[in-house]
Amino acid sequence: MRHHLVLRVISKMLIPFILLFGLYVQFHGDFGPGGGFQAGVIFAAAFILYALVFGDDQARQVIPDKALILLVPLGLILYAATGFYGLILGGNFLDYNVLLDSPKAGQHIGIFLVELGVGITVAAVMISIFRAYAGRTRAIDDEDW
Amino acid sequence: MTNWLHHIPILIVAVPLISAPICVLFTFGANRKAAWLWTLLVSWFAFLCAIYLLNHVLENGEISYHLGSWKPPLGIEYRIDLINAFVLLIVSGISAVAIPFGRLVVDREIEPDRQILFYTSYLLCLTGLLGVTITGDAFNIFVFLEISSLSSYVLIAMGVRSDRRALTAAYNYLILGTVGATFFVIGLGFLYMVTGTLNIMDLSDRLMQLADNKAVHAGYAFIIIGLALKMALFPMHVWLPNSYTYAPSLISIFLAATATKVSIYVLLRFLFTVFGFSFDFIPLTLTFIFLPLAIIAIFFGSIGAIFQTNIKRLFAYSSVAQIGYIVIGIALSNTIGLAAAVLHIFNHALIKGAIFMAAGCLVYRVGKLTTDSIRGLGKEMPWTFSALVLAGLSLIGIPTTVGFISKWYLLLGIMENGWWPLIPLIVIGSLLAVVYIWKIIEVAYFFPAPPDRAPVSEVPIELLIPLWILIGCNFYFGIQADITIGIAKEAATILLDNRP
Repeated sequence: MRHHLVLRVISKMLIPFILLFGLYVQFHGDFGPGGGFQAGVIFAAAFILYALVFGDDQARQVIPDKALILLVPLGLILYAATGFYGLILGGNFLDYNVLLDSPKAGQHIGIFLVELGVGITVAAVMISIFRAYAGRTRAIDDEDW
Repeated sequence: MTNWLHHIPILIVAVPLISAPICVLFTFGANRKAAWLWTLLVSWFAFLCAIYLLNHVLENGEISYHLGSWKPPLGIEYRIDLINAFVLLIVSGISAVAIPFGRLVVDREIEPDRQILFYTSYLLCLTGLLGVTITGDAFNIFVFLEISSLSSYVLIAMGVRSDRRALTAAYNYLILGTVGATFFVIGLGFLYMVTGTLNIMDLSDRLMQLADNKAVHAGYAFIIIGLALKMALFPMHVWLPNSYTYAPSLISIFLAATATKVSIYVLLRFLFTVFGFSFDFIPLTLTFIFLPLAIIAIFFGSIGAIFQTNIKRLFAYSSVAQIGYIVIGIALSNTIGLAAAVLHIFNHALIKGAIFMAAGCLVYRVGKLTTDSIRGLGKEMPWTFSALVLAGLSLIGIPTTVGFISKWYLLLGIMENGWWPLIPLIVIGSLLAVVYIWKIIEVAYFFPAPPDRAPVSEVPIELLIPLWILIGCNFYFGIQADITIGIAKEAATILLDNRP
């Protein structure tokens, strides 16, 4: 999409804000609306927009496939590891109360870590799904637009 | 200090769950043999946990585990009584013998660079099935059901290397399985709307007073239809034959022995524990819908099996028929009949596990499994075929096999209800099984091998050991049936206890 100047400029301007909003939804999710799933989708939307405007190849340079294969399981591992850490500290699985000294702080850090895990996995899975389809057919030539 | 034994109920699900993403990380550096070994260790761990849980439940009664220490009914509860401890044992036990069998056949049937992801999906499928069984939260059942179903669609589609029809089979299963799961969750939505709870015990308490509520009736209908689709009860079985036929051998073994059984367990749970005969048309659905469908399933499945030329497909049709026997046991809704259903869940897992393992051995040597390709193989692969014949005898229900035990109890249950016309139907169903088993014996032992075929040797010992372990179980639990009958009877009593 080399000739679409407006699209390129606007999306370059938008992408940082999309990422920032994604991070806001992620980390403010335990106080307000939002959470890991929504944040992951918003975060992935920024990368998908980038891939749509600047091409799949360039997007692959930003996040290589190898990194995605690493990130998808990593989020889930973070989630489950939080659960297991609670077990080791003497609580039940996914018991956040025992994570820190006070139960309130424990609940906070617990939900934070779990939602972060969800966010990482969802974002990586969304980009992977997009890539699985985008990588299938030849990109449309500029002349065909 | 953590008392780890107290956490076994969650570990049996959480360990397979976390091992799946760890297995993906094996793509960085480690080889596919490590992924297999990892899956093997996890399966055996789950099996040990299941044995511990069953023992614990037998000695001390129900276990209730609260996730995140939130008390039920607000928090998610894992509740283990004799029935789900028994089903957990079946699922993890089959996995524990299937994975040692799996290494060679997976190497043969799956592209090398996909094997690690294959084992990952397998672990997820195992997690899902164990989770459905162990949880005491209705929505959790849906979530785990979807984990196991989504991964089994992937696993079936991986049969594509041997036969491209695996893709359409997986797609078919994807559509129908999703319809089933959606119906199930819509039904749960109705129940939640009326009761405001998802905990199974709490649901069952609250539904007692809501027998006349139309939304509850609608929810009941949705849940029953959704589960009937998942367990492949005739006429909702159409996804099953192709899925089992074109799936990789390991997956045919695992799914045929466990997946539909777990759905039947959920059906039992909802019919007897959740709805617990709180309104009158539950017995009516059992007698006038389930019973006729089950009888048709037996005949349709068995006659369908007789006309198949692909051996895996033949046994897939026979699975449709066997579901019919289990559902007859449920429809009887007396203690003996339900015990027969629970017994047959276990026994059929042993039978079909052994049969599909033998089929896996044949695929390993011959490739395509048509009746033509196994002509005269009985002499060349004596161990595989004798195992297939013994498992076939068990499927027919010859005394000293597990198949006999479940059919015997089914007949006892029928007599208790006085439904005499059913008895000849069951006997004819078994005779039809003789026909399709004989068909294979005839081709394998009495037909000459085609002269242009290169000699076929017996499969490696690594494949024969798990196969013969399952055959051994078929006879051990057929002769020493006290253990399984005891558990099944007690399970049936627990299920029926809720009836007012």
